[in-house]
Amino acid sequence: MEKQLVRIKVNSEYYELYIKPKKLLVEVLRDELGLTGTKRGCNTGACCACTVLLDGIAVKSCSVLAVQADGSEITTVEGLADRANLAPLQRSFLDHGAYQCGFCTSGMLMSATALLSEKLSPTKEDIRESIHGNLCRCTGYNSIIRAIAAVAEGKYKEQK
Amino acid sequence: MIRNFEYLRADTIKDTLNLLEEHKEDCKIICGGQSLLILMRQGLVAPKNLIDIKRLKELNYINFDKKGGLRIGTTTTHREIEKSSLIKDHYPVLVDMEKNLASVQTRNWGTIGGNLAHGDPAGDPGPVLISLNGAVKIANKERERNIPLEEFFVDYFETVLEEAELLLEVQVPVIPPRTAVAYEKFNIIKNDQGIVSVAVSITTDDDGVRCKEARIVLGAAASTPVRAKGAEQMLIGKKPDARILDKISDKASEEADPVDDIHATEEYRRRLVKALTKKLVKKAWEQARKSP
Repeated sequence: MEKQLVRIKVNSEYYELYIKPKKLLVEVLRDELGLTGTKRGCNTGACCACTVLLDGIAVKSCSVLAVQADGSEITTVEGLADRANLAPLQRSFLDHGAYQCGFCTSGMLMSATALLSEKLSPTKEDIRESIHGNLCRCTGYNSIIRAIAAVAEGKYKEQK
Repeated sequence: MIRNFEYLRADTIKDTLNLLEEHKEDCKIICGGQSLLILMRQGLVAPKNLIDIKRLKELNYINFDKKGGLRIGTTTTHREIEKSSLIKDHYPVLVDMEKNLASVQTRNWGTIGGNLAHGDPAGDPGPVLISLNGAVKIANKERERNIPLEEFFVDYFETVLEEAELLLEVQVPVIPPRTAVAYEKFNIIKNDQGIVSVAVSITTDDDGVRCKEARIVLGAAASTPVRAKGAEQMLIGKKPDARILDKISDKASEEADPVDDIHATEEYRRRLVKALTKKLVKKAWEQARKSP
C-alpha cells in the first residue's frame, strides 16, 4: 500500500505528510501531529467527541480518511484560543461549568464554533440541534447549552 | 482495524468510470464514507482499491424545473439538501427528512448517493424518494440507465448496482396537484435510524373527496424499503375515514416483513407499521385536500 502525500493546514500551520490511506483524520491529528485535544471516543461515528472543522464545517474526524482532507484547512480545539487568550466559547464553558469529565468538551466546542460561524443569533433549538450528535455521558447538557447561548447573546464579545 | 487498500482519487465522472471498469469487483467507491468506513473498520468490507469521489464536483448539484422536476447529483451532501431553498419550496418533505437524519456532522460529510448505494433498509431517503416516485440514473463506461428507486433496492445492503456501475443522479418528478407527502420514523433517540419508518403520498380527486392515487412505503420493515401495495389499493377511490384507516393500516402491517433484532421484535415492528401508516395516511390526506 502506497503512502500518500497529504497537504493540510491545521490551526494555521501547514503540513506535508506521507501517510497510509487507511489512516483516519483523528489518527493523523493525534498520533502524527500530537494534537491530542481532539478526543477519540466511540471510534464508530456515534459520539462526535472527535468533531473538528474541515473547511469550516463540523465533521467527525473518526469518519473521514485523512487523505480525503488533502488540501483542506482543519481547525481543532487547539486552534480556538489566540495564544494565552481563550476563545469566547471556552471562557463561557469555564464560567458555566459546562463539563464534568471533560471528554466531550473538545467536540462540543467545535460543534458550537461551527454553529456560531454559521448563525449570528441562533435560537435555543439551533443550539440543541448543533450539539445533538455530541454525546455527554456525564449528561451536563443544560450547562453546555447555557454556555453556548451566553456567547450567542453577545455576553463574551471582544473581551480580551 | 481498517485493512490496507490502494487509494485512487477520481475528479471526473469519466475517470471514475474508467477506474471502476479497470478494477471491477476489486474496488469500492467512497464519497462521504459515513456508512462505508464503519463497515471497513469492522472488517465487513475490505476493498483492494478505494476510489474516492468526494471531490467529484460534476455530481454535486441540485436543479429544479417545473417540467422535469428535481435532479440531485449523487455527491451532494445531506446538509446541502437540507439547506436548499429549491428543495424547501418544492419538496418540503425532503427537508424534514434530512433534519431528522443523523447528526449535523454526518449530514455535513455524508452524501445522498452514498446513503442510497449503501442499501440499508433503515435509511431515510429510500422510502421518502420512493413515495415521491423517484428514480436514479446509473452509468458504467458503456451506457447509462435510469431505473425507478422502487426497483433499486434488492436485499439488505444490496442494490441493482452492478460491477463497474456508478450512481449519478437522483430524479424526482414534480409533485402533482392536490398531492401531499408525509414521512415519519419511530425511534427512541431523535435522529437515530428508524425502528420503523413510513412514507405516504396521497393525491385526491378533483373535488378533494376521494383518494385518487396513493403510495405507502415502509422503511426498516423488510429487507428493503417496500410499498404496501395492498393497502394502497384499498385506499384508492375511498375517503380515508376511521374505518378505512383501520383496514389500510392492518393491511400494511400484514404486508410488512420485518425482522427481530436488538431494536425491536417482529411483532413490535408490525404494530409500529400499523400505527405510523394510520397516522401518516391521515396527515397526507388532510394536507392533500388543502393543496392547490
